[in-house]
Amino acid sequence: MSDKAHTLALFSDFHEAALAIAALRQSHIRGFKMADVTLKSPIEHPECAAELGDRPVYIQLFSLLGAVLGSGLGFLLISSAQANFLRQQRGGFPIVPVPPNMVITYELFILTSVFFTVIACVIFWKLPGRRSRLYNVEISVDKIGLLVKSDPEAVAPIKEIFSRHHALEISSSP
Amino acid sequence: MAPEIHDVDHETEVAIERRFVAKAKDIDEDIHWAQINEDVLRSLERPRPLFWVIFFASLALFLYGVACEVYQYKTGLGVADLENPQVWGLYIATFIFWIGMSHSGTLLSAILHITHADWRKPIYRFAEAMTTFSLMTAGLFVLVHLGRLWQFYYVAAYPNERWAWPNFTSPLVWDATAIGTYLTSSIIFLYFGMIPDLAICRDKATGLRGVFYRFLSLGWLGTDRQWANFRVTYLTVACLLIPLAVSVHSIVATDFAVSQQPGWHTTSFPPYFVAGALYSGCAAIITLFIILRYTFRFERYMTMPILEKICKLTFAISMVWTYLNLIEYASVWYGTDPYQKQALIFRATGTYAPWWWSMNILGSVVPFALTFKAVRNSISTLMIVSLLLNLGMWIERFMIVTPTFAHGYYPWLWTRDWWPNWVQVGIILGSFGWFTMLFMLFCKIFPSVSMYEVKEMVYHRRAARKVRLAQAAAMPSEA
Repeated sequence: MSDKAHTLALFSDFHEAALAIAALRQSHIRGFKMADVTLKSPIEHPECAAELGDRPVYIQLFSLLGAVLGSGLGFLLISSAQANFLRQQRGGFPIVPVPPNMVITYELFILTSVFFTVIACVIFWKLPGRRSRLYNVEISVDKIGLLVKSDPEAVAPIKEIFSRHHALEISSSP
Repeated sequence: MAPEIHDVDHETEVAIERRFVAKAKDIDEDIHWAQINEDVLRSLERPRPLFWVIFFASLALFLYGVACEVYQYKTGLGVADLENPQVWGLYIATFIFWIGMSHSGTLLSAILHITHADWRKPIYRFAEAMTTFSLMTAGLFVLVHLGRLWQFYYVAAYPNERWAWPNFTSPLVWDATAIGTYLTSSIIFLYFGMIPDLAICRDKATGLRGVFYRFLSLGWLGTDRQWANFRVTYLTVACLLIPLAVSVHSIVATDFAVSQQPGWHTTSFPPYFVAGALYSGCAAIITLFIILRYTFRFERYMTMPILEKICKLTFAISMVWTYLNLIEYASVWYGTDPYQKQALIFRATGTYAPWWWSMNILGSVVPFALTFKAVRNSISTLMIVSLLLNLGMWIERFMIVTPTFAHGYYPWLWTRDWWPNWVQVGIILGSFGWFTMLFMLFCKIFPSVSMYEVKEMVYHRRAARKVRLAQAAAMPSEA
């Protein structure tokens, strides 16, 4: 892994970045995969990101898992918290009153779902993470970046493609 | 410079836009992305002097409230004149008021987000902050009202070995759970939505501030994978927050509705509370919009067309509230319960009649001012109207709580008119100071305008304009 090189190009708009991605895809350069190309931008641009290929998002599965666990465990937790099996129950009092528990279960269902959704997102982001040496603060302002991880011998043709598509700045490491 | 997406010359563009765009724009579409960063980041450093005036005034109010609370805590709830039958006083009325205020953030962030109303983008952040701080303030009232602060955990749903507390069939336990869930989810939603902007702050800040923003931004890089996951997460949490917000205020309404007290035992209470919450939240948004716009020099982002849209939304919700209010009066008036009817008559003609009429006029008549364009375009008039609406909604909560205690089933109650004393008023003022202080601090430390969302807004609007221009150019005969 450590022998991989990184190349970052900055573009002034999404259109040029999308063209550069398409050119990379069609280039058949040996030593990199499209999965190793990353688009960095100040806003989300699904159309440009689509050029990179299918990158599915699995967050909703975790939301669903959170909802199911929240409902089930929530009801069980509340019921076990209120149930008291050590003394004789008085007549007419349910050990576990279902209607009030449904209210609390509903809240826990949402809370657990929110927790699972956000935790899943942070995991998929691979955060907290460290910024690479090629990080450019202009990306958080108004530039669009394309970062490619490749073999060292692929850096030159990749740079050539970026130059052809009017990259404003190209840097590479190591 | 922002990415350029249109290539029609300026004169042609202006000529075509005049034909197609009759209305004022929500935001200047040609504003550069770098300018957006600069304007918003400047707000974190150099606000107008009014910021410090508001901050120190709210700090003073807060300290006064703390002094009153300490006095009440050390001496007992008697110093607040809380005794039978008036056991709730202003505390619970103000608790409902703050819970209601919290609904504005959900409305602007979640409901308008899933309905793709992009004009919300420059203003939703501070509405979310309002939600969080309102809930924190509301939560304090549960403690203040308890008197015995050390027994606060009685309302939490913890294991029931003692068989006395918590009472799981009490709506107060539901309340604590609902508010805890809403507060936690709101803080997560607020923080999560800020991460891309915190990364921008991180890139610009130095020293301790830089460390602070670096820690909070979690290493955000703005990659395509991060954005895709971010969007889905944000949308999912927004969808979860909407039923949560409705449930929270419904449960607060249930505190009243499940009791047998005259004036409270009505099925329309939950929707009535939710509508009232959205209403007071919208009115508060107008107030804070005007303050932030001036204090932090956000005139380019918090524009008059956006303010006008909030005014229209507020008016619409005020009519929903008015309708539900009338439904409640009608169902009591034409119902068969004489006690409910007596409670209503007492509200309209008894000791609290001036307040009841004030509530109806401020809540149902004053909003009609918002139907006039001249009012919607006048900042000072809007400030006054929004404050009046807020006052009306606070009185509404006071009118829900107090007259019922003063006119219950027992005749001995009917001579017990009650007015809040200085301790209660001091704590209430302190809560406003606490909320304002936290809110202003938030706006000084965190970007109160969402930079990445405003960038998206101008980007997509420019793209839409490009399409319009292309369509116009393709139809020369209609030009």
